[in-house]
Amino acid sequence: MNLDISATEYISQVRNGTISAEEFVSKTIDRIHAVENKIHAYITIDEKNALDAAKTIDKKIRAKEKVGACFGMPLSIKDNICTMGLKTTCASKMLEDFIAPYDATVISRLKAEDAIILGKVNLDEFAMGSTTEFSFYGPTKNPWNTQYVPGGSSGGSGASVSALECLISLGSDTGGSVRSPASFCSVVGLKPTYGLVSRYGLVSYANSIEQIGPVAKKVEDIAFILNIIAGRDPHDDTTMEKKNDDYTKDLDAGLSGKKIGIIEQMTGSGIDREVLSATNKAVSKLQDLGAQCIPISLDAVEHSVAAYYTIASAEASSNLSRYDNLRYGFDFGTEGFEFKAYVAKVRSNFGPEVTRRMLLGAFVLSAGYYGKYYLKAQKVRTMIKSQIDEAFKKVDLLLAPTMPILPFKIGEKIDDPLTLYLLDINTIIANLTGIPAISVPFAISSSNLPIGIQLFANSFEEKKLLQAAYSLQQTANLPKVPI
Amino acid sequence: MTKIGLEIHCQLTKLESKLFCNCKADYRNLAPNSNICPICIGLPGSLPMLNKRAVEKAAMISIALGCKIPEKIGFFRKNYFYPDLPKNFQITQYNAYGPTSIGSEGKIAIEGKEIRIRRIQLEEDPGRLVYEGSSEKTQITLVDYNRAGTPLVEIVTEPDFESPRQVRIFLNILADLVENLGVSDPYLEGAMRVDGNISVEKGNRVEIKNVGSFRDIEKALHFEITRQQSLVERNIPIPAETRHWDEARKITVSSRSKEEEEDYRYLPEADIPIIQISANAVSVLQRTMPESIVAKKERYIKKYGIPPQVAEVLSSDKFYSELFEKAHNEKNAKEAANIITTDLMGFADTREKKLELKISAKHLSDLADGIVNNKITRNSGKHALQEMVKTGKSLSEIITALDLGHVSDVSSIEKIVDEVFKEEEKAVLEAKQNPDAVNYIVGKVMRKTKGKVDPSTTLEIIRKKLSS
Repeated sequence: MNLDISATEYISQVRNGTISAEEFVSKTIDRIHAVENKIHAYITIDEKNALDAAKTIDKKIRAKEKVGACFGMPLSIKDNICTMGLKTTCASKMLEDFIAPYDATVISRLKAEDAIILGKVNLDEFAMGSTTEFSFYGPTKNPWNTQYVPGGSSGGSGASVSALECLISLGSDTGGSVRSPASFCSVVGLKPTYGLVSRYGLVSYANSIEQIGPVAKKVEDIAFILNIIAGRDPHDDTTMEKKNDDYTKDLDAGLSGKKIGIIEQMTGSGIDREVLSATNKAVSKLQDLGAQCIPISLDAVEHSVAAYYTIASAEASSNLSRYDNLRYGFDFGTEGFEFKAYVAKVRSNFGPEVTRRMLLGAFVLSAGYYGKYYLKAQKVRTMIKSQIDEAFKKVDLLLAPTMPILPFKIGEKIDDPLTLYLLDINTIIANLTGIPAISVPFAISSSNLPIGIQLFANSFEEKKLLQAAYSLQQTANLPKVPI
Repeated sequence: MTKIGLEIHCQLTKLESKLFCNCKADYRNLAPNSNICPICIGLPGSLPMLNKRAVEKAAMISIALGCKIPEKIGFFRKNYFYPDLPKNFQITQYNAYGPTSIGSEGKIAIEGKEIRIRRIQLEEDPGRLVYEGSSEKTQITLVDYNRAGTPLVEIVTEPDFESPRQVRIFLNILADLVENLGVSDPYLEGAMRVDGNISVEKGNRVEIKNVGSFRDIEKALHFEITRQQSLVERNIPIPAETRHWDEARKITVSSRSKEEEEDYRYLPEADIPIIQISANAVSVLQRTMPESIVAKKERYIKKYGIPPQVAEVLSSDKFYSELFEKAHNEKNAKEAANIITTDLMGFADTREKKLELKISAKHLSDLADGIVNNKITRNSGKHALQEMVKTGKSLSEIITALDLGHVSDVSSIEKIVDEVFKEEEKAVLEAKQNPDAVNYIVGKVMRKTKGKVDPSTTLEIIRKKLSS
């Protein structure tokens, strides 16, 4: 059985009886067992329940009962999204034994449409990182070359889709965490508009900027799953009603007459030569399809990394305060401790990157520094937003490479946090301003490593964004994943 | 000069649900940790959903205290580690970066003195720590999160009080005010909690926390004034510090010095979008709010001619003023107010006793009518009231059962007076000499009729008979 099919193809094959959900899920589990020792995308695999669910769905199909839109397609879920009855560890010692008593809204919506949760996938601890190396359970490896990082923090999502260990994965994107692994693993990853997808059940890291986003092989799969997960949720006050009824419709509308701005600050110095040439090639392909491409300067971008790490760390320091191991967490007795001593002791189990950001965050919020750092960062955020608003008066979409460099080797940059932070330069503007962005696999480097191209649209213009991404996808002719 | 400021925490006990989830706002008398959900115990992934009714009730308090309500309100996180705080931050409001709390810059008059309100903020109550044994000695602290997330309004005053007495008066007015607004029952245990700060001349500001009741805050403030003044007299500097009230010993005890005070690292709460409050919404709320105690008092005085003291007492008590509103009419209003304030309030002065009262508005109204229409004397009315309160019987039933009907026809009274004259010959003789002695005879007549005769009519008849 060919596991290398899109979610859309899967649905039509199950509907016409070519394959059954049980067969596909079972073969996917076999695949996981075959490649996991090399990839390590999964933290938890829920084999038995997945197979049982597939059988039930097959029975419904045979009995011609109403079946949900997903037809039993197997998904992987980033391990910071709550799944009832399955561990949600956030790849942290601190939540080693945490089992949520509820499903995240995205999970309950997917289950209602007969999606199957195969398991939970790896991430940088609490989604803090760009490489998935900062996981308590060890790094995930890039299916294109297992010596290389898969990107992050949703590295398990990118790798599990790329290595054919599921059809679609849900990740979360705080500063590029869905798009980075999508780019490094040659799959599609979307960061929706802030407020389009419910965060209820997503374990907060930087709650004012993050969104749950899907990772899939094809743009049409992203549109399909966005239809299910997007829209107002009464459990998340920051969500909005979705504007478009159906993201899968008119995906092939084309690009003629569309204006695309090429972000100057992301296509100049500091960009890998091969990434730059792939970007230029993408631009010329889009022009061939009738798009008008013009350079756009967003000079506030140069402050964006500093602003991002100030805001994200500040929010992280507050969001992660609750992990005191008193109500849930890991097995560690309180005997012999006073409250503060106990909290300090258990909280020393956070990994190095999380600790770094919590300390940074506590510092920028402390008395006397709030105005100097946090407020200033918010000003930068406003400045970037106004420049983006200006840009979208001139163009329909913005374009830049997703990552400024090619995937690199595991361990290569792990001791150099600043360099790692700077890798987010092309992705974080979408988080700081709330706009949607998508990474589309576009090229493979001479060293056989993936390159992704990123498109941005204005807030809640996912439909336009997906149409453009679909057009770009059609121009790329990529080899199969080598693993 | 002594300066006192207050921080009052008032639970919005009249709300159905907590501030950010659907758990019950009434956490009292429940098994520990049975009134909780992922949101109020801050499980990973949960998000707060603001209870809009709480905003409305907090706005009502702000309006009633003459505060400004900003166009936009927002929430902040106050970060500190404490076991009763499940998220290790409290969602509250904060005005250091511009006024975004529900109210600010209000004022309220007490005895002609203006007390300024600095701000009013809406926030969540933490859980409760329960110690096994006394908190000093116990090895074990238990946490009950039933209260966590209960809607709370914090009212912060300027240091405008000059004496503990003013504080007590203010607190009584405030308690009546929130009760009258229908936002809180201030007499429930823990529903209204007060922290104070106090400084005497030449001294630093001292905070007093952990005060259980209104009575104790007055005592604590008195204690502090004496303590601080005696330090000043001996030229010992008063350190800026926080002191806890020791209820058992009736003294304040130093708890931590100001320098070590925690840095709360305030941060905007992004999970709750900014709420727009239009001027129109405020004026609609203002119009639909219950009538204020002050306005009610004025109305009682102007419309019904009720004496100011009676109007004051009646309007401040939500339970009795509501009873009055239902019972009175144009003619009997003054009498109804009288019955309530002189008799009924005496029968039932506590919350429990009020709830036990069997008297309905109709009963009260009938009684006031009866007195106004001379069907029953005030004196008999008091007996009837006692009976109504206990049995819930109607006025006519009681009059028949207890034979309380007003004896108003002159011939019946004359007959009784004649009887008394025969029995009290000596008194009659004396009364003929000394007009003041007449009262004794009136009293005899009243006793004989169990107070059913009208005293002034009786007096008139006696005088006539004495002079004839």
